[in-house]
Amino acid sequence: MQKEALRLRVNGSLREALVPHHRSLLDFLRDDLELTGTKRGCDDGSCGACTVLLDGCSRLSCITLAHGVPGRSVTTIEGAGQPGRLSDLQLAFISEGGLQCGFCTPGMVLAAGALLQRIPHPSEEQVREGLSNNSCRCTGYGRIVQAVRRAAGAPEETP
Amino acid sequence: MTDHWTARSEPLLDAEERVSGRKLYVDDLRLPDTLVARFLRSPNAHARIVSIDVSRALATPGVKSVITGLDAPRRYGVLPVGHDETALAVDKVRYAGQEVACVAAETEEIAEDALRKIVIQYELLTAHLSAHSAMAATHHLVHDDKPGNIEKEYHHSFGDSVRGLAEADVVVADTFYHPRVSQAATEPHGTLARFDGADHWTIWTSTQTPRHVQRGVALALDVPAESIRVIPCAVGGGFGGKSETFPQDVSAALLSRITGAPVRIRLSREEVFTLHRGRPENYVRMRLGLRRDGKVTAVECEVIQDGGAFCGYGVATILYSGALLGAIYDIDNIRYDGYRVLTNKPACGPMRGHGTIATRHAFEALLDQAAVALDLDPLDVRRANLLKPNSRTVNDLRVTSYGYPECLERVAEASSWKARRGRMPRGRGLGMAGSHYVSGAANSIVRGSSPHSTVVIEIDPSGRVTLLTGAAEIGQGSDTVLALVAARRLGLEASAIRVISGDTALTPPDLGSYSSRVTFMTGNAALEAATRLAARLKQAAGKRLGLPPDALVLAGGAVRSAPGGPMLLAFQDAVRMAAGGEGQLIEKGSYLPPGEAQGGRFPGSGVGPGVAYSYSAQVVEVQVNEETGEVRVERVWAAHDCGKALNPQAVMGQVEGSVWMGLGQALSEELHYSPQGLLLNGGLLEYRIPGAVESPPVEVFIVESHDPEGPFGAKEAGEGSVAAVIPALTNAIHDAIGVWITELPITPERVLAAIQRQGHGSGAKPALPRPRRRENASARP
Repeated sequence: MQKEALRLRVNGSLREALVPHHRSLLDFLRDDLELTGTKRGCDDGSCGACTVLLDGCSRLSCITLAHGVPGRSVTTIEGAGQPGRLSDLQLAFISEGGLQCGFCTPGMVLAAGALLQRIPHPSEEQVREGLSNNSCRCTGYGRIVQAVRRAAGAPEETP
Repeated sequence: MTDHWTARSEPLLDAEERVSGRKLYVDDLRLPDTLVARFLRSPNAHARIVSIDVSRALATPGVKSVITGLDAPRRYGVLPVGHDETALAVDKVRYAGQEVACVAAETEEIAEDALRKIVIQYELLTAHLSAHSAMAATHHLVHDDKPGNIEKEYHHSFGDSVRGLAEADVVVADTFYHPRVSQAATEPHGTLARFDGADHWTIWTSTQTPRHVQRGVALALDVPAESIRVIPCAVGGGFGGKSETFPQDVSAALLSRITGAPVRIRLSREEVFTLHRGRPENYVRMRLGLRRDGKVTAVECEVIQDGGAFCGYGVATILYSGALLGAIYDIDNIRYDGYRVLTNKPACGPMRGHGTIATRHAFEALLDQAAVALDLDPLDVRRANLLKPNSRTVNDLRVTSYGYPECLERVAEASSWKARRGRMPRGRGLGMAGSHYVSGAANSIVRGSSPHSTVVIEIDPSGRVTLLTGAAEIGQGSDTVLALVAARRLGLEASAIRVISGDTALTPPDLGSYSSRVTFMTGNAALEAATRLAARLKQAAGKRLGLPPDALVLAGGAVRSAPGGPMLLAFQDAVRMAAGGEGQLIEKGSYLPPGEAQGGRFPGSGVGPGVAYSYSAQVVEVQVNEETGEVRVERVWAAHDCGKALNPQAVMGQVEGSVWMGLGQALSEELHYSPQGLLLNGGLLEYRIPGAVESPPVEVFIVESHDPEGPFGAKEAGEGSVAAVIPALTNAIHDAIGVWITELPITPERVLAAIQRQGHGSGAKPALPRPRRRENASARP
């Protein structure tokens, strides 16, 4: 198995490793760097659990080759906010009940963060569009959408 | 329990870990020198294994072991009556995709490569791929000891349905078809097993039922259950799909013993769909009689379920389908004929709303058909058939709290039912339906009279509280609700309680997280343990303070004379006094369902009785495009009677998720198999689950009926709302465009076909592949 040196910036730090040509960015993150916050749900880009940020834009790491993004800057959930210093978005997911099993949550948080970078005050429809690559099997999405809108400063909805 | 419960929503105890990616799911665990294993799966749906040659695979550099069926030939199964599985196929394969061999190697690539070098000679057998052809089969049975490929059939008759139907003013009848659907939890199944020597294993696995896995692996490996320690990791969604021992649990354990290294097996998404254990195909034929005033006089129901190659929970599934015809409406006459059929497809399982979905669809749809025939409002028909709290149904189910009437009124009011139903422009409609579910099965699937749940609570001298439970936190919030219950009794915040759950070596026995039993049963066990601790604390504090224990309360982290009163003694001081020389306060509590909740005495009476029932009523608003057949759900109102909402936000989350999951089944989800029995859509692009854009708002109303036996009055919230949304939707479609949809999923093609049939003035629909002729609805004057 041919390996080649790869340099990537991950969560702000420069990381170097010898990586086989065919290795996905997801495997590189999970197996080589042991950043297991990025989840594997499908391996074919259909669930979004593996979402990371590539130079600030959301990207499905399971269908991205590690060698396909040399020198780029990757943000995983480990770089997006950890206990004690959670982001407003993460806090909103908690306070609005936007997670249950939590398996889709890292990808969902990163995708939502990328959305808010593009559209700081999205409408409900824009949030739903923005999360359409990320599937959640627990919540039915309502509370996730609410969490993202709350983090963006939208007033609390009174049903 | 009459204690006042102040409702306050509590985030999941581990929400910070989950939202930051720190929570460890099984695939996140790292042990040094772990081998990975992959399965070789059968390409044939039904075939005899003539020979297996693994020599070339075994010779592949990097391969450590290859096992086949004969390495673990002992049968196991989750039900005592259904020990019909082996981890790897022995003698023959029973479905396409069944595990035949398992290779442990240094890397996945090496394992995959080795799989291709295994040579198997098969002799094809007749594959039975539908319930109906399977029932007609006389040779090449799926299991030789099951004639007619019938796993089990039940014929239940309560009251006199023939007389009931004769007394009816209108009799409606129809057939219904539900295809196979999958839980499709976002986390694929996985196992990491380590042989610890001296016949001891540790198995980390993604499971709702650590003790069932412990028992199953022990059975398969022919070792005592105590040899197996199961540690459930964080579970990325279960919905019933992670409630059994799976081939990966047994195979990883065996390979670890053989190789001496930890062995990991993680299923691909396609393998998760192949493993299945989701809902069976259901063919329902139902007949309902009603008096002119809307009162149901009788129901007759036949259900045929294509349960796949193994029993699994199948006997329970077919029984739930019949038993839960009772316990929501007052019906004097019930006849039920249920057939659980074995076929050469993957085995089915106890998916959320276990066994109740198809028959509830049929019943609620026929109620509406009858309402139309009688020119009654469907709401009034439902009002005419209500049970009374604290009653017993004709099929011997004990109903305690009963919030269904209030559920109906809440959604009717919120949706402006009376003003809008039947009065909206063509294409727009409102539909209503109800459903219910056991709040914990009253009878254990494990034989014996042990408690269903035991909880241990320890308080160390510093005042730190640890709660030990065998129930598995699967994201539904079970750890949190148990902490809330204990904290309430001890006068603490939930966050002050550390919950250790699931580990079979550390925690007391519990049946696990299924049948919506944790809040009620494990909650009662936690409450009992906490109550015993509270009594000891008040006793010791009273002695110190010179006050009778009854004059004291535990509140706000202290001993007080009243909840808002001044602190008389700090919590940890009371703990030190109560512990005396012991150093540590430890109490346990347990829960065993009362005998009167355990149902009647007839074959199959064990399934259906719940220690309580949750109730749900829903209204769906729909927009139907008659040109394209497209159905769009605009909104859902859902009222759920959970007894008492111990954690309101978690309850609402469960109900929203249930309704949404039911909508997926209603609108798009369906597993397809080829004529040879191969799964055709084993991926999330091909198996269509609604995404964020297609998911309508669901407005939830919590109804609290204060169950007399639930902890602080609580019942379940996670399953009772799945079933109602499907008939509410089909009833709404009828309100919108005047056609009844009786087959799922409700694709544009099905809607257009139904419109076309109606246009031709004929009630005939494509015949279901069923042995008996369907009857048309008939009304008598």
